[in-house]
Amino acid sequence: MSSADVVVTGLGATTPLGGDVASTWAGLLAGRSGVGPLTQDWAAQLTVRIAAQLAEDPAGKLDRIKARRMDRSEQVAVVASREAWTDAGLDDVEVDRGRLGVVVGSGIGGATTLLAQDDILEAHGPRKVSPHTIPMLMPNGPAAWVGLTFGAQAGVHAPTSACATGAEAIAWGLDMIRSGRADVVVAGGVEAVIHPLPMAGFGSMRAMSIRNDEPERASRPWDAGRDGFVLGEGAGVVILERAEHAAARGAKVYARLSGSGMTSDGYDIVQPDPEGVGQARAMTQAIKEAGLTRKDIGHVNAHATSTPVGDIAEVKSIEAAVGSHPVLTAPKSMLGHLLGAAGAVESIVTILSVHHQLIPPTINLEVPDPGLTLEVVTGEPRKMHLDAALNNSFGFGGHNVALLFTRA
Amino acid sequence: MAREEIVEGLAEILEEVAGVNPEDVAEEKSFTEELDVDSLSMVEVVVAAEEKFGVKIPDDEVQNLRTVGDAVSFIEKAQAAL
Repeated sequence: MSSADVVVTGLGATTPLGGDVASTWAGLLAGRSGVGPLTQDWAAQLTVRIAAQLAEDPAGKLDRIKARRMDRSEQVAVVASREAWTDAGLDDVEVDRGRLGVVVGSGIGGATTLLAQDDILEAHGPRKVSPHTIPMLMPNGPAAWVGLTFGAQAGVHAPTSACATGAEAIAWGLDMIRSGRADVVVAGGVEAVIHPLPMAGFGSMRAMSIRNDEPERASRPWDAGRDGFVLGEGAGVVILERAEHAAARGAKVYARLSGSGMTSDGYDIVQPDPEGVGQARAMTQAIKEAGLTRKDIGHVNAHATSTPVGDIAEVKSIEAAVGSHPVLTAPKSMLGHLLGAAGAVESIVTILSVHHQLIPPTINLEVPDPGLTLEVVTGEPRKMHLDAALNNSFGFGGHNVALLFTRA
Repeated sequence: MAREEIVEGLAEILEEVAGVNPEDVAEEKSFTEELDVDSLSMVEVVVAAEEKFGVKIPDDEVQNLRTVGDAVSFIEKAQAAL
């Protein structure tokens, strides 16, 4: 065990499939969709009237006064972090706060607070704007609340890279430990922007599925009939720990975080490089950093959002970086696209796949796109021997992150 | 409006915005030290009180409102001047 070894000792999530990791994992194994119709009055005027909303209201798990001072993106951050902390067995451990870090990002931040307070400003004037507005909408708010929850003093950071945010946060968490700045890092991503403005904005980009009459069939990565992603909300948080620190306290270990790769396309503000070159470089970097070879990677938990261009670019990049042997799955077929939380929640899925040697299926893959040249798990979950798996996350702006998890 | 009614109204606001137990609210209690109302919550209390009691509480007046009784006296006077 070297001081560069980093392990995952705790998991926490709140998602459209369940209010915690166990219910989310069970939903994924069952092939259940978390997508449903938006029944709010404001949705009637929108082109897209479906989304993957949280299965449980996070405010119900928080003190009422604390909850009303937090944006929903901050509420999910605290709920998922507490679950991860308890799961890691840290409630009864004296953690050195000076060696405890937080890296929690969001793609969009407290947009619903900003918009609600703007409504108040327009209707009632500036004096009625809440004094909690700024701490609720600032993009570092979720990270800061998590830091406060555990008293972290080694640094609280909030990376933001659109849909790669959650994975980038975990990569920076790994870096914090490897560079010697922390022994324990609470890392993850959050998002909660199901509101008419973001819905209209993504809608105007023609980025989202308009399969309003069949919500559960709307998110269909690699299917020939796919027509865009489905917006979701949620949070995923992992506890990263220096392996020696975890061993010293006898912590259970889910998996090792053995490497990360982060690159940028330098191509377009929203379109991925259609050849997936930057994505492939991220995967190659992660494999190299872990001291492995491409043959070792048995599984890729794909970014696959159900958009026409992105899904096939990723297949090309996986083939280029890893080869034609890895088995794929696309959790977004069930979870929808959790934006800033996606990379973190899907890292948890990858970690559990390595831990349980079990890959959840991809749903709605009925007529594969001719460009899908790799094998995808469909139908039942796939039980298989798995030493190493990659999780891919890519974001608007050309951000590419690959995380490599290996068996503990 | 009687002083007791104003205290009761303030207690409702304090419970809603700062989670203060209404039974703890009394004229002699100070907002920050005894009722644990922080500065941001105090802003919310003032704005809610203006609405509830139909008065204006200028910002430079707020620092003089140390106790619940101070606020009651200010609101009582402001209402009388209407």
